[in-house]
This record gives sequence, structure tokens and C-alpha cells, in this order.
Amino acid sequence: MSKQNPQLDAQGNLKHFLTTEGLSRDLLTDILDQAEGFLGVAQQAVKKVPLCRGKVIANLFFETSTRTRTTFELAAKRLSADVLNLNISTSATAKGETLLDTLRNLEAMHVDMFVVRHATSGAAHFIAAHADPHVSVINAGDGRHAHPTQAMLDMFTIRRHKQDFSRLRVAIVGDIMHSRVARSQILALKTLGVPEVRVIAPSTLMPNGIEEAFGVRAYHDLREGVRDVDVIIMLRIQHERMNSSLLPSEHEYFRLFGLTEERLSTAQPDAIVMHPGPINRGVEMDSQVADGPRSVILEQVSNGIAVRMAVMSMCIGTQNLKSQPQGDVDG
Amino acid sequence: MPSTPWRPPSFWKPGFVSKTDIWKDAGEVDTAIARMADDLTALIAERGIQDPLMIGIHTGGVWVADRLHERLGITDPIGHLDISFYRDDFTRIGMHPQVRPSYLPLGVDDRNLILVDDVLQSGRTIRAALNVLFDYGRPASVILATLAERDGRELPIAPDVVGLHAKLEHDEQIKLSGPEPLLMLRGKTPRHAADKPNPSRKSGQDSRTQSDSDPT
Repeated sequence: MSKQNPQLDAQGNLKHFLTTEGLSRDLLTDILDQAEGFLGVAQQAVKKVPLCRGKVIANLFFETSTRTRTTFELAAKRLSADVLNLNISTSATAKGETLLDTLRNLEAMHVDMFVVRHATSGAAHFIAAHADPHVSVINAGDGRHAHPTQAMLDMFTIRRHKQDFSRLRVAIVGDIMHSRVARSQILALKTLGVPEVRVIAPSTLMPNGIEEAFGVRAYHDLREGVRDVDVIIMLRIQHERMNSSLLPSEHEYFRLFGLTEERLSTAQPDAIVMHPGPINRGVEMDSQVADGPRSVILEQVSNGIAVRMAVMSMCIGTQNLKSQPQGDVDG
Repeated sequence: MPSTPWRPPSFWKPGFVSKTDIWKDAGEVDTAIARMADDLTALIAERGIQDPLMIGIHTGGVWVADRLHERLGITDPIGHLDISFYRDDFTRIGMHPQVRPSYLPLGVDDRNLILVDDVLQSGRTIRAALNVLFDYGRPASVILATLAERDGRELPIAPDVVGLHAKLEHDEQIKLSGPEPLLMLRGKTPRHAADKPNPSRKSGQDSRTQSDSDPT
């Protein structure tokens, strides 16, 4: 199996991180455990460890992002790597350069890792397939496909609050149809052994056949969907969906699917509320919830740095393994 | 802090080592730690140190530090140091499989530290540990106490207090087993592993600890 997975090297080590799909529970747990170690770096006076000294990490953002790019940048810097931030939407591709030509140029600058965000599903896989063998690729969001580091930082946040995945009810609320975050989260939650994953959305934003395809339970009623859940993950509603025929108005969305303290009352008393950000206050949830005691939204941001440090150093560590002669492995 | 789960030392695994003995039993280890406590008490008195802060290096160093901490009656809580992010062999063997968070409950700025490890060999672990400490602040001084030391130093690092001195063959290694009871084990490293002191992590991720792959 490991031979077919483009994310793993021949020994099953993480080489690229493109999706949470097809990775074992052990590997996902390994990422969470490593992140636990990196969390402490923020407590140091010098918030830096020398793991990736001398490595060059390029942030390739073909789609704009503030939070994700900033936390990737900070993660790379805390690992002592050198960081290139390329805002491609305003540079080379706009001048007509192809994706592969951009890639070759960066490789000529001896970049060791690409962090890629692209509006097209599969872009990160494409780059991983065409990049030099010594280069690692991390998917920072591709189209509607996957956003694996966001999913893992959510898993990390859940584990820090709930410890055991095997007895949780988790609800994901919002635009399930277009959300790469939701896909990556569902796959990670199932792999980590969460017995009940619910998705809650208006029928226009709920993919057909999701229950059978992903082993989740679909709800069209927020009040019903969050009953007795331990974790509620809100998704961002993109403004462009508001102006399409999929949703009538922001106001009506909030009236039916917006999270309020009152609606939260049917969830478990110690339920946590998450959101990948940026929040639309008064659309996905009201301020009382967003700033309330059950909200872990800002914690997610801090955890995101540790999780991204873990994924980056694991992938770069795997590159190092490749330079080891095979015969040296003992035992 | 949760206690460290016990893991069998890697050279108990078949094929890794041909023969393993108990080098020092629980009583002998205990006596050595008592002697270290006496030496440390004398040393800190000699240097006029008032409130030392004790810091153990994962995993064996923490076990030894716990016992010394109790014997010396130090009131400040013990610190735990994981050196995985500062190892000098990351570029050769990749990410270490068992990183535990470093945990320093109090600041190290202007404090007199007692750094504790189980076995001192190459000195590379101590080099890394000093780098970690200095990323947390600027200690006033650092005393190095190790339960055992053996030949094979690769860096100019010397312990201040030592419990046990080992005279070993080139292909032998010692390792602390714990946390309860503390035993010093001695085993022969098979030929190919002795030639290569930094085996790849793939050779036994499940039970490998940092001192397994880098007996320092």
C-alpha cells in the first residue's frame, strides 16, 4: 500500500503531505505526538530550534491567504529554515509562465520544500509528481480537494481537549459541498477512530451520497445535529456562495445554521467550538459563541504552528533518510 | 507531569545484541546515586550556590534527577529536557520517533543549574542539552552530573559529578533501565552496529529511545 501512496517513501515515511486520505492511524498519531513536542518551543525565550537549519522552504500561494501562509512562515522560521514567500497570483503566472516553469526556476534556487496553495484541486499532487526527488511538497489547500494541515491542527486541538478519539461525537457545520477543510477533517476523524461524525448543512451545500461515501451522518437541522456532540466545527461560508443561488441570504443562513449559545445548549456541556477562520460574525456564529468559554478558535491558530512544524520537519527528516545507504539499516 | 512509560531497552531485542547482563543492580545504582548526592552537596557548598535548579535529560536522566532531587531536598520542581530538536544527526537519520515536550517549570535566567544524564559517552547529548538551555535563557552556571561515564568522548565535555565509571570494550555499551527499579545493563553491540553509532530510526522505532541510537 505504501508503494502506491505518493505521500510516502519506500519505507513508509512521510515525504509529502498532500491529503489526510490513505495515511494510517499510526502516522497521523505520529504527527500529533511530534506536534506536542513543538508546542513547547513557544515557551522558550528563543522561539527557535535548529532542526531545519540551512533548508529553504518556499511558500507558493497561488490563492491568497493570510493565516495559513503566516503560520506556515512562522513554523518554518521556528525550525530555522530560510523562507521564500511567493505570491504567485500577482507575479509570474500573471505574466504567462506555466506552473512547471515556475517550479523549475525555484528548484534551480535549491529549494527543499514547497508549501502550495492553489485554487485547482490536485495542484499539490501535480507539483509533487513533477518536482525533483529530493523536494517535499506540503498541500496548504487545493481547490475543493484537501487542506490536510488544517485538518491535523483541528485533530490536535480536539485531542488536547478530549484525549480519546474513540468515544467522540463530532459535528461539522456549514458548506460541506465546497469545503476542502471538511473533506480532510472527515477522513482524519474516521482514521483516528471517531465513531460518529455528523455533517450539518442546508441541502444545497450538502453533497449527494455523502453518508455512504464517507460513513458520516447528514443533518439539515442544526439544533438536531448538535445534540449531544462533544466537538462542533464550524466552516467558513464564502461570500461568493452568498451571491449565488445556493443560499438565499446571510441573514437567513444565520437564522437557520448560525451557532448561538441557545442552540449550543443541546450539545454536551463540555463541548468545544472550532472554526478554521476567518470568522464571519453573525453568519456562521454570533460573537457570544465565538468569544465564549467553549470557543477554542484562537488555540487552533497557536496549535497550527506546532502541527506545521511537525509536518515540515518529518518530511525534511525523510529527505535526509534517503541519503542513507540502504545497507545500514540494522535489526 | 505523567510518568514515563517503561520500555524495554533496544538491545534486549533479538539480533541487536548478542548478550546482555546486569552491570549494576538496583542496590549498586542506589548507592551510586547516594554518593552523587553527597558529592553534589559538597560541590554546591564549595561554590556557594543557594538554590540550584535540577534538570534531567529525557529519559534516563530524568529518572536519576528525580532521585537526586529528593535526596538533595530541592524545593523547586524538576525540569525535563528533550534534546531531539537539537541533535546533530537530524541531517543523517531524520526525525526522532519519540519526542517528548521539554518542560521547564521555572525560568533558567540567572539560576544555578544541575544538569543530569544517565550515561556520558561522546558528549553530543550534553552539547545539545546546553544549546536547549540557552534557548530558554542565560543560566548563572551549569553543573553536569551523570550516573555513569565511559570512554569515547568526541567533544570537550567533562562531568562534575559521576556515580559510576565503566571500563568497556569497543563493542560494548551500557544503558540505564527504569524507572523502577533502576538497573544498569551492559551488552555487546553486534559488529555492524558498533561500526555505525547512529543507526537509522527504521531499525526499531517502537521501543527506541534517544540514548539507544546515540549512547552518549
